Amino acid sequence: MPELETLPEVKAALPPDEPEFQQKEMLLNIGPAHPAMHGIIRIQTKLEGELVVESDVEIGYLHRAFEKSCEESTWNQAIIYTDRLNYVSAPINNIGYCLAVEKLLGIELPPRGQYIRTLLCEIARISDHLTCVGASAMELGGFTVFLYMIKGREYLWELIEEYCGARVTTMTSRVGGMPYDLPEGWLDKCTWVVKEIREILNECDILLTNNRIFVERMENIGVMSAERAIAWGWTGPCLRGSGVAYDVRKDFPYLVYDQLDWEVPIGRRGDNLDRYLVRMEEMEQSCRIIEQCVAKIPGGPVNCDNKKVVLPDKKDTYGNIEGLMNHFKLIMYGHGIRVPEGEVYFPVEGGNGELGYYIVSHPDEHSKDGCNDRAWRVRCRPPCLPMVAGLHEMINNYMIADIVPTFGSVNMIGGELDR
Amino acid sequence: MSKFPEHIAIEKANPTAVLDWHERFGDRTLIVEAKQIVEVVRTLKDAFGYDMLVDLTCVDYLPRRPRFEMVYHFLNVESKARLRVKAQLEESHARVASLMEFYPIADWFEREVWDLFGIKFEGHTNLKRIMLYEEFEGHPLRKDYPKTKRQPLMGPQN
Repeated sequence: MPELETLPEVKAALPPDEPEFQQKEMLLNIGPAHPAMHGIIRIQTKLEGELVVESDVEIGYLHRAFEKSCEESTWNQAIIYTDRLNYVSAPINNIGYCLAVEKLLGIELPPRGQYIRTLLCEIARISDHLTCVGASAMELGGFTVFLYMIKGREYLWELIEEYCGARVTTMTSRVGGMPYDLPEGWLDKCTWVVKEIREILNECDILLTNNRIFVERMENIGVMSAERAIAWGWTGPCLRGSGVAYDVRKDFPYLVYDQLDWEVPIGRRGDNLDRYLVRMEEMEQSCRIIEQCVAKIPGGPVNCDNKKVVLPDKKDTYGNIEGLMNHFKLIMYGHGIRVPEGEVYFPVEGGNGELGYYIVSHPDEHSKDGCNDRAWRVRCRPPCLPMVAGLHEMINNYMIADIVPTFGSVNMIGGELDR
Repeated sequence: MSKFPEHIAIEKANPTAVLDWHERFGDRTLIVEAKQIVEVVRTLKDAFGYDMLVDLTCVDYLPRRPRFEMVYHFLNVESKARLRVKAQLEESHARVASLMEFYPIADWFEREVWDLFGIKFEGHTNLKRIMLYEEFEGHPLRKDYPKTKRQPLMGPQN
């Protein structure tokens, strides 16, 4: 780092008694509204030339009272708020929330429902990673990669759209079941999409992994050691990039992940390149999971056989009085799903790491049966908050231009960060 | 139900620290004395290797007393053991020691709890609002904060 010197003609023009005019450090605000800040976040940096010597990250620009809103709505109504947490992989958020409430109720989906959920989770994970890698590549000048990857994401979102009618805010799950069975021909389309995704990954791998410009911007930049990553509470691809093989799907299996054959990729150095490579390999592993699910998915019912939780079929609601009453009992204010008092923590592997729901059911003063039709507290453990909290350790002592790839590799999602 | 090894070790060091424990829904939970949270966490981290603070949050049980409950979720990344630790706080004394010295991530988690619940963290070096702005009045996740409450509009001071 060469010493900075003020030019002699500038020095002569400066008032001699005011040393602040001659300081070498400069404060620079990046964001909150900056194209490379993916959403809204503000990084205050102290620069010495182009070197970042100190930085402070400020969040909260997208806070919209997710947890308060969940307390005010019934168990099923809250699912729609979970869509907005990680809006790139909404099905994982929906399904994670439903799994937590189901754990509190002590119910489990039949195998077909679990396979459908696994399929949707992996489709969402690939779309999350595609967005992250594509956007980071674009910021380093690889616009082609961005277009290829968004094309792949489009195929995946078409699959999700065919299943539930929405692309981004999906609301694909309900407490105790899934809203629909799979449409006809959906599994064949899944196989076709996996083939297309593999081709896109291969193309992007050729474009990026041996690309000198890309590798030199990523390698040994934004290094995070395994110990510091654990201390900062990192999970997901970023922690695995630092060399810690922790994946909720492997270590605390849920749905059908323990019945499938797949691997957890890890990095060695904990730099941007490792995080990129881990994400690329994870997409391949997700493709494998999807293929196995398509091959193994059993027939049978999708929803739990529990009339106190799952709405009856429409033919029963409109066809007989029992079905109609059952429907009303689950929809009417003050009735609904009655969840007994208790608390659970349920972690799932989100696109960015451990997405945990800590849900408390506690009877309010109107409750006569010790249950409640809405959550007392829904806490979402956001996977990308720890990464953003530790971000300053990754950008300090690097060049200012390195903030962009480092920040891109963290994959900050404003929706789940600020809730 | 037999006591967890963590429970026995904490009791050995601080006989009055653990108030209760349970294992409902398979989540191992210790309820500890809020004033001794630092000693409890030190035992958990040093003797049992709970090296990750997965989550730190608070629940408001108004009108129950004690009103607030701090909830910590720990994970041992090596052995994949999980443990939940809870500590109850009275409204009149809504303060607890900060865990920043053990886990740097506690910095932001505690700022969030301060912001949304108004719990003070003793020893926290930078306890300011994180989700909301400085001029915000009240702590919105408290049960006596109505969802529809409006806040005064903030603008430039001059």
